[in-house]
Amino acid sequence: MKNYDIVIVGGGPAGLAAAVSAKQNGVDSILILERDKELGGILNQCIHNGFGLHTFKEELTGPEYAERFIRQVQDLGIEFKLNTMVMEISENRVVTAMNREDGLFDLQAKAVILAMGCRERARGALNIPGYRPAGIYSAGTAQRLVNMEGYMPGREVVILGSGDIGLIMARRMTLEGAKVKVVAELMPYSGGLKRNIVQCLDDYGIPLKLSHTVVDIKGKERVEGVTLAQVDENSRPIPGTEEFYSCDTLLLSVGLIPENEISRGMGVEINPVTSGPKVNESLETNMEGVFACGNVLHVHDLVDFVSEEAAAAGRNAAAYVKTVSLGTESTRQSDRKTDEEYLAERIPDKAAEQEICLIPTSGVRYTVPSTIRVSHMDEHLTVRFRVGNVYKNCYVSAYFDEKRVIHRKRQVVAPGEMEELKLTKEQILQYPNLKTITIKIEEA
Amino acid sequence: MYDVIIIGAGVCGAAVARELSRYQAKVCVMEKEEDVCCGTSKANSAIVHAGYDAVTGSLKAKLNVRGNEMMGELSKELDFPFERNGSLVLCFNEDEMPNLQELYDRGVANGVKELRILSKEEVLRMEPNVTDDVYAALYAPTGGIVCPFGLNIALAENACANGVEFHFNTEVTEIRKVDEGYELQTNKGAFQTKYVVNAAGVYADKFHNMVSGNKIHITARRGDYCLLDKEAGKHVSKTIFALPGKLGKGILVTPTIHGNLLIGPTAVNVEDKEGVNTTAEGLAQVIEKAGMSVHNIPTRQVITSFAGLRAHEDGDDFIIGEVEDAKGFIDCAGIESPGIASSPAIGEMAAEILKEKMGLKKKDNFISARQGIKNPNTLSKEERNALIKENPAYGNIICRCEMITEGEIIDAIRRPLGAKSLDGVKRRTRAGMGRCQSGFCSPRTMEILARECDMSMFDITKSGGESKLVVGTNKDTV
Amino acid sequence: MEVKNLICINCPMGCALTVEMEGNEVVKISGNTCPRGEAYGRKEVTDPTRIVTSTVKVTGGKAEMVSVKTKQDIPKGKISECIKALKDVEVQAPVYIGDVIVADIAGTGVDIVATKNIELL
Repeated sequence: MKNYDIVIVGGGPAGLAAAVSAKQNGVDSILILERDKELGGILNQCIHNGFGLHTFKEELTGPEYAERFIRQVQDLGIEFKLNTMVMEISENRVVTAMNREDGLFDLQAKAVILAMGCRERARGALNIPGYRPAGIYSAGTAQRLVNMEGYMPGREVVILGSGDIGLIMARRMTLEGAKVKVVAELMPYSGGLKRNIVQCLDDYGIPLKLSHTVVDIKGKERVEGVTLAQVDENSRPIPGTEEFYSCDTLLLSVGLIPENEISRGMGVEINPVTSGPKVNESLETNMEGVFACGNVLHVHDLVDFVSEEAAAAGRNAAAYVKTVSLGTESTRQSDRKTDEEYLAERIPDKAAEQEICLIPTSGVRYTVPSTIRVSHMDEHLTVRFRVGNVYKNCYVSAYFDEKRVIHRKRQVVAPGEMEELKLTKEQILQYPNLKTITIKIEEA
Repeated sequence: MYDVIIIGAGVCGAAVARELSRYQAKVCVMEKEEDVCCGTSKANSAIVHAGYDAVTGSLKAKLNVRGNEMMGELSKELDFPFERNGSLVLCFNEDEMPNLQELYDRGVANGVKELRILSKEEVLRMEPNVTDDVYAALYAPTGGIVCPFGLNIALAENACANGVEFHFNTEVTEIRKVDEGYELQTNKGAFQTKYVVNAAGVYADKFHNMVSGNKIHITARRGDYCLLDKEAGKHVSKTIFALPGKLGKGILVTPTIHGNLLIGPTAVNVEDKEGVNTTAEGLAQVIEKAGMSVHNIPTRQVITSFAGLRAHEDGDDFIIGEVEDAKGFIDCAGIESPGIASSPAIGEMAAEILKEKMGLKKKDNFISARQGIKNPNTLSKEERNALIKENPAYGNIICRCEMITEGEIIDAIRRPLGAKSLDGVKRRTRAGMGRCQSGFCSPRTMEILARECDMSMFDITKSGGESKLVVGTNKDTV
Repeated sequence: MEVKNLICINCPMGCALTVEMEGNEVVKISGNTCPRGEAYGRKEVTDPTRIVTSTVKVTGGKAEMVSVKTKQDIPKGKISECIKALKDVEVQAPVYIGDVIVADIAGTGVDIVATKNIELL
């Protein structure tokens, strides 16, 4: 069995940035496993611009943004395997993968970085009634067909869901010759970025119907039309508001779900709110040496934040590998302990370690990370979170136990946009017996 | 001139075809859809009922028990997934106990083996997620779950291997009695045959009534279902029914043979015999009623919903046999639940009738076994590596939710009666049947179909006919 | 005086801008939280422009299509003309990021460039 210091599952933006950062932090033995035929992940089909403003201070398209990282991976000589599916990972970090050339093979990793990304929520999750004809696509599937293969999935389109992919596809389909009749959104606000509403819908006169959903799909072989209806505050369709739109295509952009089947299989604890792993300040899961970043951890809105988060995961994984390696190499010679035995001894007494719980409440749905071990904390820590509703003229507050320490005015926060708070080690060390940090939205 | 034309390539048509293929006869199956298993056979509970439900002495009762007995052996012979997971019929209060007892007695009279009545405690020990309101239950260890596509396709493939012809996209429009038998008018021309087997599902009344003065009437009775993610698949291990009564009839909660959780069906009579649209009310009812038998069903994990049509005949029993005023015309009509369970026995019975009438002789070279599509997930690491070495396509995962390889998809397309559409591939391999519902794999499966069938991407369909998946190229209308 | 309400698209903040105009003259811009917002508001009401992204066919490459963009933003009113001009364009692999696919698209003076590397098959 081949050994690697770090095996990274996924060669999309998270996996690439994690690899680059791990390498720059002194780990040489790294392998990226990518299931697709090229590196870059979903960025390859996101041909629109708007990526990289934070990272590169310029506006790039998805493939261009990916290429910047792919080039770094190549320049740094980081190893990767394409068309390779990770089948499972054992709790001892034996990664089982498969491809055409190598067949089914095992790798022993000192650390694993989970960077598998997410998938789109399908029609069934919404229980949309009606027929099941051809012409119902998730927005991402349509994006792949149009942007990478050059095929038009339909001519007359209704889009359900105003998530970013849905908005982007409204523009793409329009530019490639389709008529996008309407975008319907179940919630009273859009789940997408404002710039996308302006540039993808308003520019092309595509109406956005908030508080609307699809209540029927017509057509036995191919979609012939859909019926939209307005919904009440409990998302229930209001009788009498039905409106029929003839169309041959229904695109669904109704949410993304982190793909954590492999994580669950190895025993990683999942946060039910994010559907991603629960992680500590190092972005390490409950399984020692297993880190997570990017959309597999929680769904991001901007790839720049994915890269930033993944770089932290790569750095932390590198630090972890160095600690483990130092220990194993010096003791191995004397008492011939296995990695596992040595690791068992190395794990510090968890009870003795100061661990702070992050508690999301009052409008804050979750935080990443969920816990902070002060001893492992960098000087700066970015806490990312999302809110559950649109709040205007509010404050984002952090309470250290009972004391309000951060109180930041915000004009608007919305569920579609990820929020962040920066904590410093210095700040936290001022509260020696700190147990919890509560993050909440407070009305002005 | 055929000896026998079977109308319909659903599970009954295929079962009859397979049984007839033991004999020396020229047999053909005509199917209006592009593939086998496209009607009632593809959208149902996939349950192999034990056989306590139907009135003692009815065909439903006899064929259900017989079909259930046959299923184990058949699943090995024809290599399709089947498991006796057992079933429970729950009763919720003491008042209902006589009804449960009646069901037990009927089961015993029908010949169902190993039936037992369990106490509340026994039920909850067996199925901790059954509601605490349960009072007692009828336990039938012989009840099972099957892959309905797997069963239907296996029967058809084996019939095909034994010389039965299959004509797809061939819709019978008219049947005329002629001297030597019948002439069937279709969209592909006229065909003559000595005998006809009417296995046309919800349309069986139409064909029966073309040749007989004794009219039958079939109602399409729609049932809505929800299918849940495999993560929810272990929520129950047995198939859970509620005693017909207060809670209404027939919403079951069951694991599927592939490890998902299935809840449904509703029962609504519909006019349109192609009306397989789900409704908001139906789906809401499924979720509500399932929750009355089994608690904490994770309905957030629904990955798809669908509806199927039961072919309910007014007489409430299967109609199997030669039509009295139409010699040589054999009905297999009114096949609703327990149709899947009964199908092997229906095939046997219909073939027996024809054997007697036609004086059929056994073939010497009947191939009784069929090999299904190899499922690499069931192989050991070594076996799997040997397979990949021999054919690297088995190392290439296409459907990442169900972990289906290119090798399996190619096999599904190339084998006799192979898949021609996305749904055809899905029913044979499960590619696209997982939690993302083909979001990731459909473009790749389309590519493989186009390559293997030498078809343009514009001709690839979801399920035949006009169900085209892409309609043009970028900017072609700009 | 005319008042136009816009949403700033420079960053995810999406500030709600109010632009007050006297004829073609911008009199006042409010609601922005940074200078880029003001610049955007001014431009959006007087000379709106967009980066356009699309695809063109590739022959002989590892992929069927290559993604492209306008190297700079072009007038909003030229988007449709720009797309039409790309309709029958085909390029030969290999193609590299930044390669000019069509020079001076739709008379805008702006080039269409590739945004993805497509290697030879």
